[in-house]
Amino acid sequence: MSDAPNGNGRSTTPRRTETVLYLDGVSVSFDGFKALNELSLVIDRGELRTVIGPNGAGKTTMMDVITGKTRPDEGTVIYGVDTDLTKLDEAEIANLGIGRKFQKPTVFENLTVFENLELAARDSRGIFRTLLAKLSGNDLARIDETLVTTGLAEHRHRRAGALSHGQKQWLEIGMLLIHDPQILLLDEPVAGMTDHETEQTAQLIRRLMGKHTLVVVEHDMQFVRDLGARVTVLHEGSVLAEGSIDHVQNHPRVIEVYLGR
Amino acid sequence: MTDITTDAAPRRSLMTPRGWTVFFAFGFALVVLLPVLNRVVASGSFAHVPDYLIPLIGKYCTYAMLALAMDLIWGYAGILSLGQGAFFALGGYCMGMYLMRQIGDRGVYKNAQLPDFMVFLAWEKLPWYWEGFDMFGFAALMVMIVPGLLALIIGWLTFRSRVTGVYLSIITQAMTYALWLAFFRNNMGFGGNNGLTDFKDILGFPVQTQSTRVGLLIASAVGLGVTYLVCRWIVNSKLGRVLLAVRDAESRVRFLGYSVTGAKLFVFVVAAMLSGIAGALYVPQVGIINPSEFSPAVSIEIALWVAVGGRGTLAGAVIGAFLVNMAKTWLTNAAPEVWLFFLGALFVVVTLLFPRGVIGLVADQRERWRARNAAREAEAAEVAT
Repeated sequence: MSDAPNGNGRSTTPRRTETVLYLDGVSVSFDGFKALNELSLVIDRGELRTVIGPNGAGKTTMMDVITGKTRPDEGTVIYGVDTDLTKLDEAEIANLGIGRKFQKPTVFENLTVFENLELAARDSRGIFRTLLAKLSGNDLARIDETLVTTGLAEHRHRRAGALSHGQKQWLEIGMLLIHDPQILLLDEPVAGMTDHETEQTAQLIRRLMGKHTLVVVEHDMQFVRDLGARVTVLHEGSVLAEGSIDHVQNHPRVIEVYLGR
Repeated sequence: MTDITTDAAPRRSLMTPRGWTVFFAFGFALVVLLPVLNRVVASGSFAHVPDYLIPLIGKYCTYAMLALAMDLIWGYAGILSLGQGAFFALGGYCMGMYLMRQIGDRGVYKNAQLPDFMVFLAWEKLPWYWEGFDMFGFAALMVMIVPGLLALIIGWLTFRSRVTGVYLSIITQAMTYALWLAFFRNNMGFGGNNGLTDFKDILGFPVQTQSTRVGLLIASAVGLGVTYLVCRWIVNSKLGRVLLAVRDAESRVRFLGYSVTGAKLFVFVVAAMLSGIAGALYVPQVGIINPSEFSPAVSIEIALWVAVGGRGTLAGAVIGAFLVNMAKTWLTNAAPEVWLFFLGALFVVVTLLFPRGVIGLVADQRERWRARNAAREAEAAEVAT
């Protein structure tokens, strides 16, 4: 991979790890309001990154741009070596291996946990193939593995509608994991969870580190601290600070933005 | 960590042993017991089944097939089609055309080429679309193809445009209404108001004789059994799970990469074909097919059968079809003016009080017993310690 200097400060650090996602000067405006303002961000392969910021900082818009839901007015989003995500639609981006979990859990309530994962598994999408589909040993192994990872193994035959809020969220993460995504984008994964569930979610996310690249948008500072990952602070559509949680919490500009102006 | 050995096996088989037992017991009663009690047991005996019951129960069987088709699309895929009566009637008309052609020169006008109503209308020759219906094989094929093709066209146009819910119900209802009006017209060539009737024989057997009627009952019962197994197979497949998922969260299914349009189209066409077969078995047993079968109210009644029995269970559809139609047979005799009020009241009561139908009631009751027994056992255990 060529190491062209690109003026955002990163060219000075040697590239030990491979970049998997690179947002370069991305701007999005809605009716004159700049949701993203020349946002540049680099995510390395296998990294866990948490993104925080006050309301309206552009966190969700950033996710929308990455997943193709929103097209930026300016800038590029490079995935892997040279795939420009701004040229692709949502389905194509999903098929490249970028999974996104939305805030509200949407699992199929009338199917069991196992069946939810079965439907999410990659194979046999055609009508007649689903009619004759038999689960291969490979699929079963994948489903079992996902059940263990998400801690839902003992609930495999429960109706998804009977799960707790937290368990539904984990099931939905599982439905993304079964595709073995390169990048997993999690939008406020612990919103509405109990303290215990939040803790377990943090454990789940740490288990996924290294195997997948994870980008977590979150409000809950304790949770962000628990994850212990590199933190990016967004403010008014661009990066305000980046570094460890202690670094950003002591950053004067961050304190100013968070504690009022 | 709990044991996670793969135990997905039980649900993968078509039915539980108990399910098969009920299936075969029901089948035995219809295919063996009823015919024997009618044909072999002397008519004076208390065990004798009177002749009139045979075509009546045969008719219920075809209604139950129709209810299964309805449950497949409504109970599982969540498509409230109010056009199932039309598919049933189309299958019936295909069979009626075959039966008309079998009359030959035994009609009132003794015309070997033309059915009576065409002679009456002074038609010179058979319309092109009546060609081939003198052959049973061709007619049997058309019984499935005509409703299937119509469902394919209507379904493709609506599902592709993502028409769902009440709008889809209205479109299918409009289709039924249009066919109703069309089949009333004499120049359509289907006997207009009177429809097709005065059938003589089917596959060489005289339609009116009791032995043929018993044969038709057996055919209907077998048809019902096969329909049940086909539906069970579809809902047990992965496609069955896709359908349930479509019912609950359609856009999410699309997001997972499944063709929602394709899945819906498939069941819609299968259900239309099954309805057509049911209609074809119905016509020789009642001896007539006329446009009243296209009446929009008929299609709504079908939905009610399924609701009464319990949606999304298949067995409930069969139970509902039998129960409601038995009540109809009894009430339209005992107090004909009450029937429509009863039907309306049933609709309200089921929707408000028993949304899961008879099957749901039974399941709840069983759950209550189980809970009571468990509580009693726990109590006994406490006393023992």
